[in-house]
Amino acid sequence: MNFADENFELREIQRLDGHTDRVWGLAWKPATGVEGVPAVLASCSGDKTVRIWQQSSVSGSFQCKAVLEEKHNRTVRSCAWSPSGKLLATASFDGTTAIWEDIGGDYSFVCTLEGHENEVKSVSWNASGSLLATCGRDKSVWIWDVLPQNYFDCVSVLQGHTQDVKMVKWHPSMDILFSCSYDNTIKVWAGDGDGDDWYCVQTLDESNSGHTSTVWALSFNASGDKMVSCSDDLTIKIWDSDITRTQSGEGYAPWTHLCTLSGYHDRTIFSVHWSRDGIISSGAADDAIRLFVESEDGLVDGPTYKLLLKKEKAHEMDINAVQWSSTENRLLASASDDGTVKIWDVGPKTGQKKV
Amino acid sequence: MVSSLINANPVVYEKKERRTRSAPGDVDEYAVEPIDQLEIFDHIRDIKDPEHPYTLEELKVVTEDAIEVDDKHSYVRVTFMPTVEHCSMATVIGLCLRVKLMRSLPPRYKVDIRVAPGTHATEAAVNKQLNDKERVAAALENPNIVDMVDECLAASYE
Repeated sequence: MNFADENFELREIQRLDGHTDRVWGLAWKPATGVEGVPAVLASCSGDKTVRIWQQSSVSGSFQCKAVLEEKHNRTVRSCAWSPSGKLLATASFDGTTAIWEDIGGDYSFVCTLEGHENEVKSVSWNASGSLLATCGRDKSVWIWDVLPQNYFDCVSVLQGHTQDVKMVKWHPSMDILFSCSYDNTIKVWAGDGDGDDWYCVQTLDESNSGHTSTVWALSFNASGDKMVSCSDDLTIKIWDSDITRTQSGEGYAPWTHLCTLSGYHDRTIFSVHWSRDGIISSGAADDAIRLFVESEDGLVDGPTYKLLLKKEKAHEMDINAVQWSSTENRLLASASDDGTVKIWDVGPKTGQKKV
Repeated sequence: MVSSLINANPVVYEKKERRTRSAPGDVDEYAVEPIDQLEIFDHIRDIKDPEHPYTLEELKVVTEDAIEVDDKHSYVRVTFMPTVEHCSMATVIGLCLRVKLMRSLPPRYKVDIRVAPGTHATEAAVNKQLNDKERVAAALENPNIVDMVDECLAASYE
């Protein structure tokens, strides 16, 4: 798809009703939506449940296949699939993280990870599925070893943030963990190689051209050498790093600020997600979804990013999460305070000829 | 007066006269009536202060003038004035204002709550907390906080 020559639009494919409170988080199940396997999406909500939606291979429409309930007694804030898609982790304000297993389309509860003092806000699996990270209001980040027989062992509790930690996210190919916080910073955590000792290798704050208010979310591009973050300071920031150096073992290559997208949002940006083919989507408290792509215009001064489109009133209320699928026909899912999940696709405006 | 109160002797002001909304007869009762300052004020004026038997209006914590409303863009900002600079009740008052407006206004509304500039020692921290919806959501799942908020709001529904 050439983003330079055409006008694009975001088309609503379907609205998924079922949650009875705001929807906080979304996760597309890995290895679904490809090679005849129907696409599967999980959504979690203030109604204390997780819903599993599956696309019909006949009609193409999504239906609720399962409701995961009665394990969390407060808001389920985030959910994440293991890389194999076998396990789903759900983080809750009740202070626990629950693990669920997909057994032939039925979801059975495996165990609960306890330890955080209060609200757990985010959960993330590393690329190989051998590590899990959680974070919460107690300002800490926990790293868990995923052991055989679905046993989970906490290997490290990372202190360093001075306020609640909003999100944790593993790098897509390396065992390096990123966390972002109400303290306005992004912290980067790396292990010593043996697995049990983890430490903060970098803090991205205002002094590194970082954010000036709560950092709500971050996401990586497909190759893992760029990161995007979004904030209550109404900006989106792009960061990059020489990851081949880090991967080669020559030492940690720090992340540096590449550019700031400001002036596009006028209320808090809660979610950003980078698609495999390079489109950054954002979801914000102004009910709009925006898409950004790298622009070839400004290459002299380094890459710049331009607004591809803005979908006003994508939802009736705040948008808490946007998430691209890795399905054959790339889809965008969005979750909102209005209690709905929407499925979108993006393409050239209909009626327009390809240049 | 109990000496442990944060502000033991607040100044109490007279309640403003309740205005009638508009003269009867010359209005189209089917017309959409935009939400205005007075309507917002009516929702919040009778909220009880968390530590005194007075309303936020009587303590001049909220005034009609400190409400900005843009009905076309579904936006409200309430700027409130804590009675003392170190008022630890500021976040509770702010939470009461937010909850009352959340329950009273159409869901399309965006609400910002802040303390008046220069009226609170930790102004930025209070404002940040009151406008972090995740913290607000978590607080509203705490039964003790909900009880406290509901007690302050009870009279405002009459």
